[in-house]
Amino acid sequence: MKKLVSLCLVLAMAATMLVGCGANEEAAQNSAGTSESAEGAVFKIGGSGPTTGGAAVYGLAVQRGAQIAVDEINAAGGINGFQIEYNFTDDEHDPEKAVNAYNNLKDWGMQIFMGTTTSGPCVAVVEKTNEDNMYQLTPSGTAVDAIKYANAFRVCFSDPGQGTKSAQYIGENKIATKVAVIYDASDVYSSGIFNTFREAAEGYGIEIVAAESFTSDNKTDFTIQLQKAKEGGAELVFLPIYYQEAALILSQANSMGFAPMFFGCDGLDGILGVEDFDTALAEGVMLLTPFAADATDELTTSFVGKYQEAHGEIPIQFAANAYDAIYIIKAAIEKAGATPDMSVSDLCEAMKAAMMEVSVTGLTGTEMTWTEEGEVNKEPKAVKIVDGAYTAMQ
Amino acid sequence: MSSFFSYLINGISLGSIYAIIALGYTMVYGIAKMLNFAHGDVIMVGSYMAFLAMGSLGLPPVLAVLLAVVVCTILGITIEKIAYKPLRKAPSLAVLITAIGVSYFLQNVALLAFSANTKMFTSVIKLPPIVLGDGSITISGETQVTIVACVIIMIVLTTFIKKTKAGQAMLAVSEDKGAAELMGVNVNGTISLTFAIGSALAAIAGVLLCSAYPTLNPYTGSMPGIKAFVAAVFGGIGSIPGAFVGGILLGVIENMSKAYISSQLSDAIVFTVLIIVLLVKPTGILGKKISEKV
Repeated sequence: MKKLVSLCLVLAMAATMLVGCGANEEAAQNSAGTSESAEGAVFKIGGSGPTTGGAAVYGLAVQRGAQIAVDEINAAGGINGFQIEYNFTDDEHDPEKAVNAYNNLKDWGMQIFMGTTTSGPCVAVVEKTNEDNMYQLTPSGTAVDAIKYANAFRVCFSDPGQGTKSAQYIGENKIATKVAVIYDASDVYSSGIFNTFREAAEGYGIEIVAAESFTSDNKTDFTIQLQKAKEGGAELVFLPIYYQEAALILSQANSMGFAPMFFGCDGLDGILGVEDFDTALAEGVMLLTPFAADATDELTTSFVGKYQEAHGEIPIQFAANAYDAIYIIKAAIEKAGATPDMSVSDLCEAMKAAMMEVSVTGLTGTEMTWTEEGEVNKEPKAVKIVDGAYTAMQ
Repeated sequence: MSSFFSYLINGISLGSIYAIIALGYTMVYGIAKMLNFAHGDVIMVGSYMAFLAMGSLGLPPVLAVLLAVVVCTILGITIEKIAYKPLRKAPSLAVLITAIGVSYFLQNVALLAFSANTKMFTSVIKLPPIVLGDGSITISGETQVTIVACVIIMIVLTTFIKKTKAGQAMLAVSEDKGAAELMGVNVNGTISLTFAIGSALAAIAGVLLCSAYPTLNPYTGSMPGIKAFVAAVFGGIGSIPGAFVGGILLGVIENMSKAYISSQLSDAIVFTVLIIVLLVKPTGILGKKISEKV
């Protein structure tokens, strides 16, 4: 008897939900963005990243970049006719706080998670999204483990992926054949890139003439490493490191009278912002980054324009990644034909399948596709520093 | 061959900086019998002072260095008065912990005041580089000045200790504090003077360090500080020529192992050499033999 009653109740509930949806769908189609459509029939997308603290620049960029995409989509009628509700929470670039932020977003009713912004917190949060089987797309978490489960995907290249892509870019564009590498052996990011670069180099006709390392305890004097690169006859020095050390390497190479080309990964992004750094030293430095704010295509100019208008600054690649992330979510939902009334887990399954089929063109890549591991396939892009500013390379 | 020569010159230059810093450690150890682990951070403060003096106040480099020296001297004396003097009779372990505390204090104050962002230090040295052997060897202005400065500092300091009354007082205090006091030597004054000289040298070392390797952040001084401490032990702690020899050797070994063995293992090799030297000669290369009184 009890079972029968509860069954009836469940049926009744399901029925009302369906009715509610239908009605809202109609309402949304009739007048997009009216208050009636907000109740129960919106896609709730949550995001997290540091908006305070030392890494705040990344979190703020993701928050703002995604907001622009959300506003655009909502203004154009939403996804499958449903509006997006977007909530971004501060995680202070701290794994523990990121898990808390994720739980708060779940209490808010999040269905899709666009985060986290940074790698460390992402590695922690992906455990939770996997438990809940919640669809997760990180715009900028590059660590391999940041998307180790089937429910997680990313917009950017992974750390080791950058090594392969750098070799591909240098080789295919015939930038140099004799390459020296200076990397940080005590850092996972740096040595990860170096290892895959070395593996991929031969395939692209690149000869590594010197592979020199340093450690976090010994990173002020690079004259020996540079001397060896010079003796090896390197045309290009590959720097898979962060910009603080790169700034030193550039100035020491200059005082040694050694002037090869320099090529780096996303860690070099920010070198022009080092206080009192002589930007003339960075002239001609190339870096593998998916986004150049000065590109002249329509999508980029419109995005940069909107961002500048709202926040008064030029967006960095994190903002572009987040903007793309929202459009990737949109593409996956449309492909899956998903609706907001699906459970978090069903939504995730549908979107996971759809991710294998979508092809998205955005700010950070054209016709991006995804593998089952959640990694993105796209052509690497690079920028070059010309007259103290990042300029897109051909 | 030309690259060997440039590795050697760079090693001597790096070693000269270690030597100047090591002097601060060795003098303080010789006289106060304590390890002043805050010494590395005094270097950092000196560098920031020179950086601010040149950047914000727009002072010429010479005045900036002088200002850094003055500030560090005052800082050194203050640290000694506030943190170490009350502990003069305390066990040496307590003083050591206090020194580590002072070190963290200075780092965190610098973090608050200047933030963790790395700053690019404009070199104070404007000498043109010497180019030898058709451009295969370039000796930068910083390298030349560092080596010359180190030699001058060594000569002046040795003369000061040998020829002046204050220098003799230092020697006396380092031999036997109690006896020196009985002979009318102002022990507290002498210790303060030692800290003052050590900290002034730290300021010079900081400016040279940041001119040669032009980045500056609140942790700039800690690793060179530890290396210089090793150099002081290497040469024989308490001995001034020992600090010089230890510093130069450390710099050269470090650079040579980086160049010919492995850039990754260079620190490990430096410390292995240190262990071997201490096994053979426990008081360091030029250290005095200590006869334990039983």
